[in-house]
Parts: sequence; C-alpha cells; structure tokens
Amino acid sequence: MSGRGRSTTARPKLPHTVAEFMAYAYAMEVEASERYAELAEQMSAHNNREVADLFAKLSRIEGKHRDQIAARMRWTTPPAAAVFRWTTPEGPETTDYGELHYLMQPFHALKLAEHNEQQAVEFFERFAAARVPEAVQAAAREMAEDEREHVRLIREWLAKVPPPEPGWDEDLDPPAGAD
Amino acid sequence: MNDSACAVPRQGSPARLARGPGDYKSDVKPVWCPGCGDFGVVNALAKAMAKMALEPKDVAVVSGIGCSSRIPAYMSSYGFHGVHGRALAAGTGLKIARPDLTVIVTGGDGDGYSIGGNHFLHACRRNVDMTYIVMDNRVYGMTKGQASPTSEPDWDSKLSPDGTGLREFQPLVVALTSGANFIARGFTGDPNGLAELIEQAVRHPGFSFLEVLSPCVTFRPEQKEWKKMVRPDAFGPTSEVPRAVRRLLRDTGFDLGVLYAGERPPYAPRGPRALRPVAELEARFAL
Repeated sequence: MSGRGRSTTARPKLPHTVAEFMAYAYAMEVEASERYAELAEQMSAHNNREVADLFAKLSRIEGKHRDQIAARMRWTTPPAAAVFRWTTPEGPETTDYGELHYLMQPFHALKLAEHNEQQAVEFFERFAAARVPEAVQAAAREMAEDEREHVRLIREWLAKVPPPEPGWDEDLDPPAGAD
Repeated sequence: MNDSACAVPRQGSPARLARGPGDYKSDVKPVWCPGCGDFGVVNALAKAMAKMALEPKDVAVVSGIGCSSRIPAYMSSYGFHGVHGRALAAGTGLKIARPDLTVIVTGGDGDGYSIGGNHFLHACRRNVDMTYIVMDNRVYGMTKGQASPTSEPDWDSKLSPDGTGLREFQPLVVALTSGANFIARGFTGDPNGLAELIEQAVRHPGFSFLEVLSPCVTFRPEQKEWKKMVRPDAFGPTSEVPRAVRRLLRDTGFDLGVLYAGERPPYAPRGPRALRPVAELEARFAL
C-alpha cells in the first residue's frame, strides 16, 4: 500500500502560456480532490470512520488548492478537468483505487498522500526544467514549491500518527472465510 | 519532456461539456470492497458519458447478478438490475423496443461467461447495437470466492484445492468467432484509458464487447500485480478477422486496446413487416 507500483512520469503536452499550464495544475487538483472524496465514501461504507474522516479532510485540502488556482487565474469558468488525459493512468496526485484496504489506518492514508504530493512536486519540476516560456517556468517553480510545502506538512502530520502494528490487516472474521 | 507522450486536451472545448462525470453518478454509494477494480469502471463510464454528452435519460445500464452488476444503481441514467446471466437478453429486448436509447450492458465473468454464456454467443451473433462491459476478476466474489470460467486452472483456493484443472474460457476468441462487431480489452487501473475504450465501444455500430480486467482484492489479492502486467495499446484496431485472430494467438491475456472494429451492419428489425397486425400473422398459423 505505497503507490510505488505506478509510474511517476505524467508528462503533459508542453504549455505555451501560463493559463494552459495552470489548467493542467487545476485538473490535477480536481482529480485529486474528487478521488479523496470517493475514498472517504468507500471507507465510510466499511465503517472505517477514522480513515474516512482523514480522506475527507485531504479532499477538502485539495479542493482548497483547486480554488486557489482558480482565484489566482481569475477564472470565472474554470477549465473542465474531464477534458484532460494523462500519459500515466491517472493524474499525478490521484490515489490509485487499488491502494486501499478496508482495515487500513491513518498512517497508510497519509503515506499515500505523501506519495501523491511528491509526485506533484516532480510533475511541476519537469515543467520548470522544460523548454517552455520563462513565465511558464516561473509558474511551475512556484507550484513545485507549493507542493514541496505540502510534502513537508504531510510528513509533520505523519510524525504524529503511530505506524501500524504488525498484523494490522488481520481480520478475525475474514470475508474470504469458507464456511 | 516531449510532445508525443503527453497529456493532451481531449477533443472539444471544455465549455461544451454540458455535464461533468459526477453528474452521471447517482447518490447511491458503492458497497464494493475498498480497492475493488469496479470503482474504476464506474469512474470511466461516467467520464465516457460526460465526454459523449449523453443525456442520462437517453441511457440505460442493464446488468445481471454479482458484485459488478450493482453498477446500474450507481449511475444516474436508467438502469435495470436483472436476472443472473440474462442481462444481455434484457438489454437486447430494450434496444429493439427503444432503439433511441444507448444501451450499456454490464456484469462479471461468472454472470456473462458461465450463467449467461449462451446469451453472450448469440448477442455477438445478432449484432444488436449495444455495448457489453464485462468486469473480469476471474472469481465469483459475491458468493465468496468460487472459481469462475476465467479462473486459471491451477488457481489454488479453499474452494478449489489445487485448482479446477479446467482450461480458461477465452472471451475475446469467442466474441470474435461469434460475430461481435467491436472487441477490446481495458484495465480498471487506467480509468482514463478505459473511458476512451468505453467511448469507442459505445460509438461503434453493432454489438461492442469490452472485457475489463478488474482485480478482486479480497479473493484474488495477487491481482494487485496486474498493473505491472498489463500492456497498454498492445492491440491496434483492425477490421480484418484474420489479423485479429493472429493478434489473439500472441495475446498474453493482459494486452489492452481495441482488438477488432468490424464493419458488419447492426441488426435492425425489418420495419413494415414487424408492424403487421397480430391478426394477420395469426392467419398464417391457422391450424
């Protein structure tokens, strides 16, 4: 449950303007926020309220990032995130459905979040180093710095959460039990 | 970083999207196990419907029985959660009665290849204009992990120690030889790629069959490795059956993409004859 199985090389088409670049950033945040909300619902359906609340909180945080981008760009009608596709199966900051376990603990959820934020850093760093207009490079550096700050905050959060005990996924009444 | 392998804006202006993917999901929350591949199908189906700007009232999602067959409840379109293995029969009837609807039939490998196996053959043969999405996890998940038609012969489990020893059902081979007009394979770990395949399947005339590799993390946790085994875009579409057959001979079972896009015209009821009064028809069968 680390997210390490997937590629970290989402590479969008090189943007020619800051608006194009920020549309990618916006799409990334929308996908991340929506996915965290879905994961919160999944955990809630399985009565894992602690992790459900945590995913809901992460969704709200990503939603704030999304709104900050829209405000910064003064978009009255933000670009529709659904019109983007990535070279990787999903957006750089989107949690893979397959990484969940119904008995997972907050530590696991935060590790996933840390992985996602790190991917976002790498995503923006690639733009900052790409052959794009200077204004786009500058915006990419700024976004990468924001994401680095998110990584730092998640790590601070992680430090306060106990890691799981061995056997955390043991279910005394397992669904796979054959009567 | 190059332009060729990049995320690209999809066709059409964002402003033209009347609805977002979320508008195609209902308020009913899925009860699948966290980590289930079927979440990726709901996500991809909603994205595809948004991309095609379909009106939810013009879409019917029909299913049989099983974990994956819960999908109609999770969509905001019309839905019919039917009888085990009979989703294709219900979908066929619906499409013939209401050709204006976009009919999407969904289900799992047990429902579609075993209980409904005969319907699968004849749906391919009839070539009615609808889409069939099978979420294949190679196990009966809802009933606690029995081997399904696509389980590997040596899959060892409590319910089939040392495996069944039975050769797997070959859905793509059967679909091709039975006459399906569009055949593809997708993976739930790639919801965006899957959304594109669903869109192509729905847009293609005739019977479109889309097999989706959808891991069951509860009864087949080893399937989490599928994301390392799939081969995106391994198939390239062809309208020639012999070429598609050759591709299937090399198929690893994890090759993704469109295998076959045929040109056979979809089934259409012969209008005026179908509308003759019942009395006139009965007269032909007078004893």
